[in-house]
Amino acid sequence: MLRVEGLHKSFEDFKAVSDAHLTVEAGQMVAVIGPNGAGKTTLFNLITGQLKPDRGRIIFNNEDIGRLPPYEICRRGIARSFQIANIFPRLTVFRNVQVSVLSQQRKSIRMFRPARTMAVEETRNILEKVGLTDKGDTIAGALAHGDQRILEIAIALGNNPQLLVLDEPTAGMSAEETGATMALIRRLADEQGLTVLFCEHDMELVFNVAQSIMVMHQGMTILQAGPEIVHNSRQVQECYLGGA
Amino acid sequence: MSKGIFNLKTFGLAAAILIALAFLPPVLPRFYIYILAVIFVTALLAMSLNMVVGHGGLFQFHHGAFYGVGAYTAGLMLTKTSLPAWMGLVAGPFAAALVGLLIGVFCVRLTRLYFGMLQISLGSLIWAIAFRWYSLTGGDDGIHGIPLPSLISSSTGAYYFCLILLAVCLFVLYLIFKSPFGATLLAIRDNPERCEAIGINVRRHQLIAIVIATFFAGIAGVLFVVVEGSVFPDLLFWVFSLEVFIMCLLGGWFTFAGPIFGAAIMVSLRTFVGTYTEYWTLILGIMLILLIFFLPEGVWGYLLEKLGPQKRDLHKETK
Repeated sequence: MLRVEGLHKSFEDFKAVSDAHLTVEAGQMVAVIGPNGAGKTTLFNLITGQLKPDRGRIIFNNEDIGRLPPYEICRRGIARSFQIANIFPRLTVFRNVQVSVLSQQRKSIRMFRPARTMAVEETRNILEKVGLTDKGDTIAGALAHGDQRILEIAIALGNNPQLLVLDEPTAGMSAEETGATMALIRRLADEQGLTVLFCEHDMELVFNVAQSIMVMHQGMTILQAGPEIVHNSRQVQECYLGGA
Repeated sequence: MSKGIFNLKTFGLAAAILIALAFLPPVLPRFYIYILAVIFVTALLAMSLNMVVGHGGLFQFHHGAFYGVGAYTAGLMLTKTSLPAWMGLVAGPFAAALVGLLIGVFCVRLTRLYFGMLQISLGSLIWAIAFRWYSLTGGDDGIHGIPLPSLISSSTGAYYFCLILLAVCLFVLYLIFKSPFGATLLAIRDNPERCEAIGINVRRHQLIAIVIATFFAGIAGVLFVVVEGSVFPDLLFWVFSLEVFIMCLLGGWFTFAGPIFGAAIMVSLRTFVGTYTEYWTLILGIMLILLIFFLPEGVWGYLLEKLGPQKRDLHKETK
């Protein structure tokens, strides 16, 4: 479904991503791991178009999306969440998700019908799925951090994506919230046949949840394989899991 | 859930105000009718600006340029051509929107402050044309004694014309505000990066918003001609644009109706304090300082907050 080939991205002289490779098959949950600064977030930003690659190709459903702007990439079926809660702070929770659903339905530009009658069912369904129904009328900026992270995922779901890219979905969460969020993501993947690409620092979670793991170090892909193989790889042990 | 756009209270209130205003001309002195008409014109201008500033989050620093283009287009067509008068009045908004589109295309490529700076520069070019091209625009004298159709040339006629158009425009602006487009615009203001990531073409959205806003600014410009019967380059001067910007802040730029109050306050200040002292801007300055400290959400924003917490969100869903 998604294939990243020989991707490069530098900022000034710093090579954030150099020679990254990644394959995501439909229906899989794929994790990207690596120490801080390994280039995980840069890689995700390249895939969803926030950054443009210097070199390399990003193939999604047989199309090179490497040069497309973020909104075009989103329309092709990739939705994402950000590492730092990235929501619409002055809008209600309901409206946060609704705007996304309206965009997916290509209705963002409609002017002469009240928005309150549109995309309501879809929005409610999503809020129910992630468990934010009773907070629908809350101003998003006033939500607790954990709920903002969940809302972040709900906004991405509003795009009804094929591939969900989650940049550290549990960053800043308590252990308890982390477990619940991963369970939610897993459930969503199962129920909707979503393909999920994510990165995460909790190794136990990663090895539990992911069917395929890509290991990055200093912007380079070291290997991508199933959890067993990654866990036993000497190369990975050396540069990453070494201390653990 | 109500299917309409207005809840009954808002609609009733708006209708009551409209009817009350319609009965004013016979009972008020002509001067006050004139001031009210000026407030209507300025309120429409401020409302159109707030659509891109308060709701769209754009640094539209030179909105007066489009107001001026609307006014000059109408003024020039009424004085220099023998076309029917209504054509001049209709051409104003379209000319403003066209200029808005041309300037907007360049501006939306930049973000925030750079957007604002570029707009001031490009807008000032238009000001320079109006100011310098004597043979066409009359230069710094402007154009005076613009012939108007008899129906709207009296002060009462102008008053009703402005009132009706203001009401229609506010209705349309409200429709847009409550539509998916309006909702998306608010989302872009809050977080353009996130909007891109949910499949919204942010620049195109902003450009459309600018074209709509400048169209309404053009209508306000035409109304100015109707009320004053003249145009002059000050309309396009950037200092005036700043004044309109302040109206939005003063009234409450995150609200829908706030700029109307901002415009009313500014026009009243200029008219009534301005007759006593040249330094009315001093009072404005003090008001702004107080505003920043005590009413950061603006006058109307403050009132809405006081009216009850359930009114805090403009786009609240009624279930």
